[in-house]
Amino acid sequence: MIEMVCIVCPNGCLLQVEGATENLTVSGARCPRGKTYAFSELTNPTRSLTTTVKTAFPDSPVLPVRTDGEIPKEKIFDAMKFINSLTINSRIKRGGIVVENIVDTGINIISTSDILIRI
Amino acid sequence: MNSSYDVVVIGGGPAGVAAAVAAEKSGARVFLIEREARLGGILKQCIHDGFGLLRFGEKLSGPEYVERYIDMLSGTGIAVSVLTFVTGIKKLTDDGYAISIVNREGASTIITKSIVIATGCRERTAKQVFIHGTRPAGVFTAGNAQYYVNILGKMPTKKCVILGSGDIGLIMARRLTLEGAVVEGVYEVKNSPSGLTRNIVQCLHDFNIPLHLSHTVTRVFGESRLTAVEICKVNEKMQPIKGTERIVDCDALILSVGLIPENEVVYDLNIPIDPKTKGLVVDQSFMTDMKGIFSCGNALHVNDLVDYVSEGAEIAGKNAAEYIMAERKLIKLDAQKNILYIVPQQLDISDAAKLCDVKLYFRSSEDFDNAVLTIDVDGKEFFKKKYAHLRPPEMESLNIDFSNCGLKADSKISFDISRRTK
Repeated sequence: MIEMVCIVCPNGCLLQVEGATENLTVSGARCPRGKTYAFSELTNPTRSLTTTVKTAFPDSPVLPVRTDGEIPKEKIFDAMKFINSLTINSRIKRGGIVVENIVDTGINIISTSDILIRI
Repeated sequence: MNSSYDVVVIGGGPAGVAAAVAAEKSGARVFLIEREARLGGILKQCIHDGFGLLRFGEKLSGPEYVERYIDMLSGTGIAVSVLTFVTGIKKLTDDGYAISIVNREGASTIITKSIVIATGCRERTAKQVFIHGTRPAGVFTAGNAQYYVNILGKMPTKKCVILGSGDIGLIMARRLTLEGAVVEGVYEVKNSPSGLTRNIVQCLHDFNIPLHLSHTVTRVFGESRLTAVEICKVNEKMQPIKGTERIVDCDALILSVGLIPENEVVYDLNIPIDPKTKGLVVDQSFMTDMKGIFSCGNALHVNDLVDYVSEGAEIAGKNAAEYIMAERKLIKLDAQKNILYIVPQQLDISDAAKLCDVKLYFRSSEDFDNAVLTIDVDGKEFFKKKYAHLRPPEMESLNIDFSNCGLKADSKISFDISRRTK
């Protein structure tokens, strides 16, 4: 049996996971998302990534961004390296796409603030 | 310039904005005061996600969450004044208040019937945790480091030690690691972490950052810039154990050692403060002991989820708008020893309509598995609820209907937690 803490929501359920990946028994979860999380954690752990991107605007030197889904955990530092090589030159809105298909994950990097257009 | 409003909200973070929107919706003329250049409060720099799961059913970043509320201001008649400081609040002889403010247009006075205090909280600093040694640059609070990285785009450290396992410290451990810094370890003086378990997992375990419980920083070294810190194990009384000292080379010490509600703006009014929450004492409409003054958000008690801040602020804003000079009848909510605190601390029983759906927030005073929360009214069990786990860092909330339990002016309402026997 493996124990893991589900990170899907602030409840942070302590999951007890038994069995092989195709036939998992998960107990301790307060909702069905716990089982999905346990399965993904054992087969292909994924995370959302939140960070900032440099901008060309002195009033807001960085723009907060995030992935619009989850990317494989082992690609997080590759994604960071790519994001940190960029400089944003246009006053992009909240929700606007900053990078399409970040490091071939099929996931986009989107802006999470109107900081560049509100000033 | 002198002007008058029904409700003045002090503080333009998530609590203040939600309170202002709710007060306006209930028909009040509202004035919202923010001392920074932009609304949004601390969420401007909380770029990580996890906000809004309860409120919007989505996992949003801090800026996304608060900007959704800021968007609600447009099209309303709410007057917003940024870069504005409150320098004093005076009680007028005929119910109401005079608020002195200073901004780019100079000094002026605002007259209002009701005030919502939404001034948030502050971080404990190095001075409050008594670390010996020199006073070099490189000692930051976690929020301060977060401001450098997420707002200014500057890295405050190449290799650091984090003292305290509060959520912001854990979040910053991950953030600094992502940006290429080395976080040597997170040290916590207590024997259990203060942050949410999921943050221990996704911020520390994911990045192999060690968490050392029952450890503290006892000394800092360095002249102009921090060069090292001394780490010590502590005993069960949290006193450093001689002989366990270890020196860690680093260029920064980041502190995540707790948050304290900020209520300086009302100190002169001498409104009672709860020694446990360090916020003002309120009833279920979030009104303090001073008529017409409401409190919400982290200024009231430090919340672990902004979703709860918005919810409480909306109750405060609505009640500030509906506030009338009716006589209140307050009874105390009594927290027994297994309860760290309850907010509100008292109940106004003058209006039965306000007893039907009372929102309560509480924390247990220690870790409980298989616990039962009981509420007794006048010695009789009135309500109970089972919990699989109760932990002090994880706030719980309840909606209770107190309208049918025959509350009188001398009623006693008492809260406790007991372990469930199997």
